Amino acid sequence: MSLSRNEMHNIAHLARLEFAEEEVAALADDLSRIIDFVEQLSQANTDDVLPMAHPLEMVQRLRADEVTETDQHRKFQQNAASVEEDLYLVPKVLE
Amino acid sequence: MHDKTIAELSRSLQSGDFSSVELTTHLLDRVESLGPQLNAFVTVTGELALEQAAKADQRRAAGDAGPLNGIPIVHKDLFCTDGVLTSCASRILDNFISPYDATVVGKLKQAGTVMLGKTNMDEFAMGSSNENSCFGPVKNPWDDTRVPGGSSGGSAAAVAARLLPGATGTDTGGSIRQPAALTGITGLKPTYGRVSRYGMVAFASSLDQAGTLTRSAEDAAMMLGAMAGFDPRDSTSAEKDVPDYRATLDDSLDGLRIGVPTEFFDDGLMPANKTAVEAAIHELEKLGAKISQIHLPNLGLSVPTYYVVAPAECSSNLSRFDGVRFGHRAEKYADLTDMYKKTRGQGFGAEVKRRIMIGTYVLSTGYYDAYYLKAQKVRQLIAADYAAAFKSVDLIAGPTTPTPAFELGAKTDDPITMYLNDIYTIGANLAGLPGMSVPCGFVDGLPVGLQIVGSHFSEARLLNVAHRYQQVTDWHTRAPEMAAGGTART
Repeated sequence: MSLSRNEMHNIAHLARLEFAEEEVAALADDLSRIIDFVEQLSQANTDDVLPMAHPLEMVQRLRADEVTETDQHRKFQQNAASVEEDLYLVPKVLE
Repeated sequence: MHDKTIAELSRSLQSGDFSSVELTTHLLDRVESLGPQLNAFVTVTGELALEQAAKADQRRAAGDAGPLNGIPIVHKDLFCTDGVLTSCASRILDNFISPYDATVVGKLKQAGTVMLGKTNMDEFAMGSSNENSCFGPVKNPWDDTRVPGGSSGGSAAAVAARLLPGATGTDTGGSIRQPAALTGITGLKPTYGRVSRYGMVAFASSLDQAGTLTRSAEDAAMMLGAMAGFDPRDSTSAEKDVPDYRATLDDSLDGLRIGVPTEFFDDGLMPANKTAVEAAIHELEKLGAKISQIHLPNLGLSVPTYYVVAPAECSSNLSRFDGVRFGHRAEKYADLTDMYKKTRGQGFGAEVKRRIMIGTYVLSTGYYDAYYLKAQKVRQLIAADYAAAFKSVDLIAGPTTPTPAFELGAKTDDPITMYLNDIYTIGANLAGLPGMSVPCGFVDGLPVGLQIVGSHFSEARLLNVAHRYQQVTDWHTRAPEMAAGGTART
């Protein structure tokens, strides 16, 4: 199979990735080959097989609803690109 | 002193042959003189290391020293280290100073180890050659025109070159075992859930597991003992006691049933590698093991299964890198969506972007059942193959990799050729099983690894088998020529 320019654009948008125009053809070729490669999974008979999401039989652990973490937001926000009045700043979303 | 294993260093420190400060100073000299040739390090934390070493020496003087007290180690640069750059070898995190320690880092600190720095790796642990790093490729200490394997390539190269006696790594599809094999050291990937994932930057959460790169199985036992254990901060951490892995290292192998999967000895396996691995299996037989042939009929589908499951989980995990809370943010953008796209487009390298794209595709409407759900079902078949095998054998043995270390640049043009390096290692990740790679010979001067895989939580048995093998062979003691260089203070 071969991914069209339109499909590439759509996947890149979903993934929130920008590509330079000149990168797209080579990337589409790589992705198409990878998809062809994983296509061999269709040969396996998986009738009545349950999907496996996790390697161990586990149940979701619950904990008491108690505050266990201390407020360290100033420390954490040192890594942010843009902070003002303890808030993370992003480009304007609402007009 | 750089030739000594962790166990030997531990005894020397205890008997006062040298202090942790002396040892750390010596190894820092080596890291500074030999490290750059290998490009094994992202960060060297010399000052911090000397401080930690001095504290370790004080603890020892006060009679409060465990077996790892004062032992210098390094961490793969995807373990969060409080106050120290944690880059994942990615441009998107090249300014990220972690505000906390990963559980693994905290536990090893608690055990008294001294951190000398953070090692280079494939970006976000995606790669098998350590060529996908924003800091450039790591070189193999045995031949600097060849790759050290990946993704824990910096950790492997540092330990193989005798810069450090031990390092942490992570293994999602072979990222500890494969570089260990290609650099001639001992690599251990524990059972999924055995070691906490808290503070380990996530790639594929149902496959990721932290482990060790050392020069002997005994050292791996020492490090794993300190790293393993239940952690309430990891939702898939196993609530299981940690055995004393050193206590059973010398157990007899009499009657141990080892299965050799015919699927591991296919046409892809280089004949010289095959010879070395078969000789190693024969050695285990001489130690008392019973060898039989087994089948893992769906193993051939493990690589395609992995390249659906891992990218799917990666595309979801890496959505956190948005330029808002941490990491790189693009300078110019039109609006929020454009900021995300430019930040991520600039911040991620080619292989990471490929995997995010594949993951997004297989999870998208119309393709989810055909790819993702199908891969999860085939994963179940592969896990069932292993479960069936462990009804008749205690352990599975075979090669770690199809070939010795390949040349830098040899496989970068074709992602699928690169992916097939992990054909023998990926199965254990899909099934969550523990595995080790142990040096078992050389092909044209390059190391070859024997892989052993056990049932869930059988690390003690794996370490026992590897240790007994290392008692009757000396492959693991061979050092590359370049390790003889550097400043000599001993």
